[in-house]
Amino acid sequence: MKTRYTFGGDEHIYIEMDEEMSLDAFFKSLSMSNAVREAKIDGVTEICPANASFQVKFNPDVVHPDDLLEQVKALEAVAEKAEKRMNTRIIEIPVYYQDPWTHETLMRFRERHQDPSGTDLEYAARINGFDSVEDFITAHHSQPWFVSMVGFVAGLPFLYQLVEREKQLEVPKYLRPRTDTPKLTVGYGGCFSCIYSVRGAGGYQMFGITPMPIYDPEQEVTYLKDFMVLFRPGDIVKWRPIDRAEYDAICQQVEDGTFMPKMAEVEFDLDAFNKDMTGTNARLMEALNGA
Amino acid sequence: MALNILNPGLSTSIQDLGRPGYFHLGIPIGGAMDRFAMRVANMLVGNAEDAAGLEAVFMGPEITFTEDTLIAITGAELPVMLDGVEQNTWTAIAVKKGQTLSFGFLQSGARIYIAVSGGIDTPEALGSRSTYPIGALGGVEGRNVAAGDVLPLGKSGPGKTGATVAPAHRRMPGNPAVLRMVKGLYWHRLTDASGEQFLNDEWKVAPEADRMGYRFRGGKPLEFVDREQPFGAGSDPSNIVDGCYSYGSIQVPGGTEPIVLHRDAVSGGGYFTLGAIISADMDYIGQLQPHTPVKFKAVSMEDALAARKERHQLLDQIRGSLA
Repeated sequence: MKTRYTFGGDEHIYIEMDEEMSLDAFFKSLSMSNAVREAKIDGVTEICPANASFQVKFNPDVVHPDDLLEQVKALEAVAEKAEKRMNTRIIEIPVYYQDPWTHETLMRFRERHQDPSGTDLEYAARINGFDSVEDFITAHHSQPWFVSMVGFVAGLPFLYQLVEREKQLEVPKYLRPRTDTPKLTVGYGGCFSCIYSVRGAGGYQMFGITPMPIYDPEQEVTYLKDFMVLFRPGDIVKWRPIDRAEYDAICQQVEDGTFMPKMAEVEFDLDAFNKDMTGTNARLMEALNGA
Repeated sequence: MALNILNPGLSTSIQDLGRPGYFHLGIPIGGAMDRFAMRVANMLVGNAEDAAGLEAVFMGPEITFTEDTLIAITGAELPVMLDGVEQNTWTAIAVKKGQTLSFGFLQSGARIYIAVSGGIDTPEALGSRSTYPIGALGGVEGRNVAAGDVLPLGKSGPGKTGATVAPAHRRMPGNPAVLRMVKGLYWHRLTDASGEQFLNDEWKVAPEADRMGYRFRGGKPLEFVDREQPFGAGSDPSNIVDGCYSYGSIQVPGGTEPIVLHRDAVSGGGYFTLGAIISADMDYIGQLQPHTPVKFKAVSMEDALAARKERHQLLDQIRGSLA
């Protein structure tokens, strides 16, 4: 892992912990972004953590970019010593795979895809060496995921699967981004899954849809009354496959204000996870199932 | 006191200087694309510079006023009419109750800014009235203005009819436009020859140009330094492990068409970026029409800071001249 520092114009410093994705890079990035926040450096206006990198926005009228860069670099040592452990939550997200809405959309943008002759799921299953779409879907939802970034558009989570590197699923993004994606599409790009919080442009492959809103500017959805965005970095997610009937039923419950996502408080310790992935995931699922 | 929208034009939205502080959740700063023009319009009518006004793209709206007031139009050039009588742009105009503001055809630039004494007083969302339709925040119930909307106004300030900004102080991009950038972010992904080519090519603004980002066409496809793609990035050489995007950053999906992210930027994603437009030139982008020829010019950080200072000084001069 080698840290790279670079400027984004005259108002941003971009810090890349590693070129490749890993939970180690995520934890180091999160720790260092927290250290920068806690340092309360004059002129720093926003700190945005990402998967294996983070960005500091600043006002160059207040602090010279080179001076800020030196101050940020000095905090790398703090991040290296930080504990890779956090108190967080595990949330169950119902997913209707192969739904009619993402299917209609992916057909509409076929010429922007690597394989215009099939669907996104058929393509993803094939290039990841699965015999069937069903087996690929099982691999997608059988083990939990970790929210390693929130962003792109309002409240969209990027998720990284809690499995060994050789079991990670990987797909490219669309050749050219789509101009439309249904709201609450469950997508995939690189090694990341995501949930499109709102309708709009997107470059990730589309696998299914969740009936559960994750962003509500009106703050009317039961579990979004306190804040309009559901996810924060470090949340753990378990997908649960559902059919059309259950999809419709949950949509109705959301509308009636009776739907509450299943979730539980958990602790996540990266060293413990790296030592025993199966055991750690089993304990996470136990906490969720007891909720 | 209110504005009645008779016809919204093509795309007219309420904007102020934005809502900083939520980019880490994917909610962009937003606000006027051409902040210089928005600030000056507010100064002319005696408002605070961060008061909310209207940003109209390519076409002006049609508006009537429920009381006597003061307005100013800055940014793109197009004939401004009050009850059919032409008025000056970049100038404080007295409006009588019941008069109709309308516009002729666009002559230069892309976005006009309309400030009204007191500022538009719609409810704030996360500290700003700026319209962010993707996230349904700000504006009129999260959307752009529409025919029939009645926009409330705040309390009038001290503006003076006839106050004006000298033509030399009306900051607009040239044609062809030059957008200055600082090389960085993932610039190292390009071969030296391709990086040079990118800066030498003439690009043209593509029709897909909006508040989120401006797309450009016409230059040669980029060539990448060979590498084995890092785990998690995806297989295309333009893919990276999804990271944060800077405002003004230039991404080139597939290496073909550069996209400069603007005020309503997506906060991150998986395409490489080769640097970012300097803060002083961000206003210019909001004034580029489709097909405008554009060159990207690499400058040093010190040049970027000097340009930023120059823009601040020009705003100071205008403040001084209107005081």
